[in-house]
Amino acid sequence: MAAGSASQSGAAAAGSSASAGFGSERFALDHFALFDLPQDFRVDSNALDARYRALQVEMHPDRFATAADAERRRALQWATHINEAYQTLKKPLSRARYLLGLLGGECDFARDTSLPMDFLVAQMELRETVADAASAGRSEELDSLRDDLVRQRRAHYEELAGILALAANEQAQRTSALARAADALRRLMFEEKLMADIDDALAALDELN
Amino acid sequence: MVLLQIAEPGQSDAPHERRLAVGIDLGTTNSLVATVRSGLAVVLNDELGRSLLPSVVRYTSDGCATGYEAQTYQASDPRNTICSVKRFMGRGLHDIAHRESLPYKFEDAPGMVRINTAAGIKTPVEVSADVLHALRARAEAALGGELVGAVITVPAYFDDAQRQATKDAAKLAGINVLRLLNEPTAAAIAYGLDNGSEGVFAVYDLGGGTFDISILKLSRGVFEVLSTGGDSALGGDDFDQRIFCWILEAAKLKPLSHEDSRLLLNRAREGKEYLTFHGVAPITARLSSGEVVDLKLTTEIFTEITRTLVAKTMQAVRKALRDAGLATDEVKGVIMVGGATRMPQIQRAVGEFFKQEPLNNLDPDKVVALGAAKQANLLAGNRTGDDWLLLDVIPLSLGLEMMGGLVEKIVPRNSTIPIARAQDFTTFRDGQTALAVHVVQGEREIVSDCRSLACFELRGIPPMVAGAARIRVTFQVDADGLLSVSAREQSSGVEASVVVKPSYGLSDDEIASMLKGSLEHSRDDAFRRALKEAQVEAQRLIEAVQSALKSDGELLSTEERVRVETAIAALQAAALAENRRQITVTMDALDAETKAFAARRMDKNIRRALAGRSIDELAGEDQS
Repeated sequence: MAAGSASQSGAAAAGSSASAGFGSERFALDHFALFDLPQDFRVDSNALDARYRALQVEMHPDRFATAADAERRRALQWATHINEAYQTLKKPLSRARYLLGLLGGECDFARDTSLPMDFLVAQMELRETVADAASAGRSEELDSLRDDLVRQRRAHYEELAGILALAANEQAQRTSALARAADALRRLMFEEKLMADIDDALAALDELN
Repeated sequence: MVLLQIAEPGQSDAPHERRLAVGIDLGTTNSLVATVRSGLAVVLNDELGRSLLPSVVRYTSDGCATGYEAQTYQASDPRNTICSVKRFMGRGLHDIAHRESLPYKFEDAPGMVRINTAAGIKTPVEVSADVLHALRARAEAALGGELVGAVITVPAYFDDAQRQATKDAAKLAGINVLRLLNEPTAAAIAYGLDNGSEGVFAVYDLGGGTFDISILKLSRGVFEVLSTGGDSALGGDDFDQRIFCWILEAAKLKPLSHEDSRLLLNRAREGKEYLTFHGVAPITARLSSGEVVDLKLTTEIFTEITRTLVAKTMQAVRKALRDAGLATDEVKGVIMVGGATRMPQIQRAVGEFFKQEPLNNLDPDKVVALGAAKQANLLAGNRTGDDWLLLDVIPLSLGLEMMGGLVEKIVPRNSTIPIARAQDFTTFRDGQTALAVHVVQGEREIVSDCRSLACFELRGIPPMVAGAARIRVTFQVDADGLLSVSAREQSSGVEASVVVKPSYGLSDDEIASMLKGSLEHSRDDAFRRALKEAQVEAQRLIEAVQSALKSDGELLSTEERVRVETAIAALQAAALAENRRQITVTMDALDAETKAFAARRMDKNIRRALAGRSIDELAGEDQS
């Protein structure tokens, strides 16, 4: 029998372990600074993409294919770190979670499930609706559920962006804003999971056709 | 393309300064070697001017022959003439499809299948090494010197075991591997650099034995793979096989000898190739029994008998697009790679799906080798003014086996490489000093449905209570797509690591349908997952109660103790049955039976604590 019960260390822990063990000023930078972006949830995705590519052009192991072993290892570590940072900032959920951590908020949600009962009940009902629609092959219903969720999710990310900006800029309101941000993030995690379920169900129906 | 300036012929480095590097397309049916000369990628021909080297090796008691020479013995000496060996790379005997119809004497072995030949027992790695050796000799003769290294292409959908096997073959052939490069990515380099393209491209690569689909974004000299998919056991060979079966049926043939089978398979392949330019292909053969086969295969029949194969590839195309988060109209061009894409029904299906004519202006047999040659030239440090960068992905998720045979995914499919991911785990039992780490690859939730890549053990963990140890397992995938795994107990610093070497795993059909299966079976998986979780929980409860009985059994009367032990036995029986509800009910019963016991134990602990004894002493007493 293999590994014991998992205590998941999320993206933050994974990032820190991937980057541990070799010193460099640039390496110590947070992900936003690495890509020369302001520490803000609203990112310019074109700038992020362009700077990601520019950094990889400099640091990728392919640039060091004929270099000494130590340099090649370093290039591997750098490219790995850049990929990790890019993936974290590219997706809104991981970006928000990472930013919350930078601002001193609590971002270990593994055990913390302090969400209001009515929200949880609504989520469970939604999930059942998706499962029913999936097993009955009603793809139009899934499409419409998805459209609703896309709108809802967008609004919730907008809201979260505001709260995170508040936490960053208004010292006096930081503590309460961070708590609200963590709460909003918890809800979004449910929505993202639901979205993934809908997409999987739609994909499965597509394969059958 | 901004970074791209193709050097004028003669403008590149002087020949004596050039580092000799080649690109090798190690194909299922044919292999090629190419290099960059005076800024242009060219395929290196043999002394008779032929560019292809059939990936065929014939073994005799005094050595081996490769290529066309070996191919001539395919029908007369099928047992010792190994073709399409790429299908066996990194595969166990049970993985190989249609193995009963193959003429080889297979030997089962842990890790990879072996073939018994006139020259002894050969692994697929050795057979591939013989093909690579012939290509290396051709290159060194043509270039007049020793190679610095080679870029060797592999199907994008190759898993870790297949990649590792390919790298091992190169090592055996004395070739320094600059990089393992995914075939569709190589094709995109050849195509993209020659056309100065920008935007999103799809590469549809149907080879002799493998199918890949890659979606790439080309932007300012950066080739970024967005997603990849495919089937490492679907290729032109399968179309031949369908024709072969049609011949058997249409001509009402009895079971054939290996020689006749090989003859008819060759006729099937010739028929397939003939249909690329004609509407009807004559299929004629005289069998060793004297029977004569004389049939006409029309395009209509051929399309019909291979419809499901084409559909299978298009399913993978849709999935790759979904993974990339793109719609068909966002794809600017579709690059066709592999000789099998010459089949008209493939061209039509791809064209209809993407609503545009597929791009065929580079020879689909050569485009992979040409791209690999360009990459090899770049990696060897022969700067020609043009520069580009590849950002590729891993095709299948990597994970670990958890309690109950479930998979915990660590690195998701389509992650850009290189990548590292760490995850913390803990121990399951009190005083557990070793942890088995089982690394798997695939999309399914159950370990037995994924490919097993490696097992290793982390030993010497200091004894602690269950759940107290912090074991960090780190996955690192390098730029070749190869995985290494390390595990470290955080408090003691005990470490173990392994470069993943193939163990054994799935059947061919399973790897083929792994992605598809993870969707189709997701309901089934969820059910099995719930059952496994319940079984794990049950085991955990049983062990906790037994451990408590051992240390504090005197707190129970004989009658109470019998009742608890009866409840344990009931749960042990329930855990073996495949009924989750039964497990839950029996667990509740055991839980109820031990409530009073638990209360008394708490009391005892509190009394001990009040007596001022340290936790360490308590632990010592528990073990005695």
